[in-house]
Amino acid sequence: MRKVSRLSRFNIVSIALGLAFLYLPILILVIYSFNASRLVTVWGGWSLRWYHEFFADRAMIEAAWMSLRVAVSSATIATLLGTLAAVALSRGERFHGRTLFSGMLYAPLVMPEVIAGLSLLLLFVALNAERGFWTVTIAHTTLTMCFVTVVVQSRLGSLDRSLEEAAMDLGCAPVRAFLSVTLPLIAPAIVAGWMLAFTLSLDDLVIASFTTGPGSATLPIRIYSEVRLGVKPEINAICTLVIALIAGVIVVASLASKLSSSQGESAAPL
Amino acid sequence: MSARRIFARPARFAAIAPYVWMVLFFLVPFGFVLKISLSQTAIAQPPYEPVFDLTAGWTAIQAAFAALSIDNFKLIASDDLYVFAYLRSLTVALTATALLLLIGYPIAYGMARLPKRWQAVAMVLVIVPFWTSFLIRIYAWINILQHDGLLNQILLALHLVSEPVVWLSTDTAMYIGIVYSYLPFMILPLYATLAKMEPTLEEAASDLGAPPWQVFWLVTFPLSLPGVGAGVLLCFIPIVGEFVIPDLLAGSDSLMIGQTLWLEFFTNKDWPVASASAIVLLVVLLLPLLLYERLQRRQLEER
Repeated sequence: MRKVSRLSRFNIVSIALGLAFLYLPILILVIYSFNASRLVTVWGGWSLRWYHEFFADRAMIEAAWMSLRVAVSSATIATLLGTLAAVALSRGERFHGRTLFSGMLYAPLVMPEVIAGLSLLLLFVALNAERGFWTVTIAHTTLTMCFVTVVVQSRLGSLDRSLEEAAMDLGCAPVRAFLSVTLPLIAPAIVAGWMLAFTLSLDDLVIASFTTGPGSATLPIRIYSEVRLGVKPEINAICTLVIALIAGVIVVASLASKLSSSQGESAAPL
Repeated sequence: MSARRIFARPARFAAIAPYVWMVLFFLVPFGFVLKISLSQTAIAQPPYEPVFDLTAGWTAIQAAFAALSIDNFKLIASDDLYVFAYLRSLTVALTATALLLLIGYPIAYGMARLPKRWQAVAMVLVIVPFWTSFLIRIYAWINILQHDGLLNQILLALHLVSEPVVWLSTDTAMYIGIVYSYLPFMILPLYATLAKMEPTLEEAASDLGAPPWQVFWLVTFPLSLPGVGAGVLLCFIPIVGEFVIPDLLAGSDSLMIGQTLWLEFFTNKDWPVASASAIVLLVVLLLPLLLYERLQRRQLEER
């Protein structure tokens, strides 16, 4: 039976306008990053000038390197902790303090960043911890693991539990059943969670500003201090590079999840 | 004992590491915020009175409690600057959330009506800008909105205006920035509920003679209320504490609370007052959350 399309012209126009609104500013930024002119708004032909300028800017390169290191380490720790939390929440049934646990995991998703940043800084000051790479990494881990938990938990929730139970009925120990049956099935969600944590960390300005120390600025902190002084074409180039990096991560991850889902399909008839 | 029960035990142990982490780095820090919000400003490094010294025993704890003061909260309540900042934050968040709902609803509605294959594509397209940096997206708008930016160039070329319009450092620019940044947060929960909705309900309504607007207003919209609630909450709460967007796009004449807190902390280095305003902000934000939870519970009970 063919279903009559319920799509009206109004629907199509609103989607098109919405997508244009979301994408045009980014597109314009990317195009202007190749502008040869010193004036940001006057088009002076195509050029890679601002990319050269970025790679000659030591402070920017150092900040970018710091951001990448923080993003990789915090995303990795956050993925480990977040996956454990998701497993505990969706498979652990009831345990002591479960409500507090899930509350702590959901609160950072909506809490304003200024509050999270301020509270973590006060903790680090009280502990007399030297602020820099590790304090930012800890702060980013704390906030991004909540996103990992949500992503992995939703995948665990949609998973057929009888698969695990079958493995255990066949004599698998619970941990073994998890590792050899459940883990491969939730792998795409874990990859997606890592990516989300990575990009959130790479993106964060507010929490990093609170938790970092002198001399270890992340890329957003540097970009922010430059932008406050006015628009510079070099920033367009940096932003385009960041967009390209994130686009690359998304492509790799979607390929990975496609690969694992096609493997899953070929394994299904067995 | 069923397999499910056996599996439950090791899964509980999985909670230990993330639990300890969250208590240490999420719950405990709030204790420090509370403590410092109740202490006097000291001109020292760190610029607040020391955390109490447990080695001195009970007398030290008593002394610490005696030293607590609510002066910072009194200051916040009596200073117009703070009162205005809170009011402005709430106004901006309410306006922006209403705009987001108006703009996001038709998009989500359209997406839910696409053929299944295209729905997935549309969803990816909505999520991708969220992955690209937030700061970069605000920066992109500075490019467009500045005095000799693209928007003014287009308006001038079309002879819609005779001289460049001031966009940057206005509330208009701030609202554009906020709506732009939070749109995916509004679209996704709306789309999720609209896509799950049974199309036969709308068909039945129109078969019974309801004109399209009535079908929407009496059937579709009420059924999508859970999504509306989630989207509104997901946008409203972070916008109240927003710092970066108003700082870069709005004028400097009136501040939101996130900016006030930031200034108090980094520029004035008054940590106790900054902590106190964080606590007040938290309390202000707990109200809509509790309200939402009560509404949800009532809805569940009605079913």
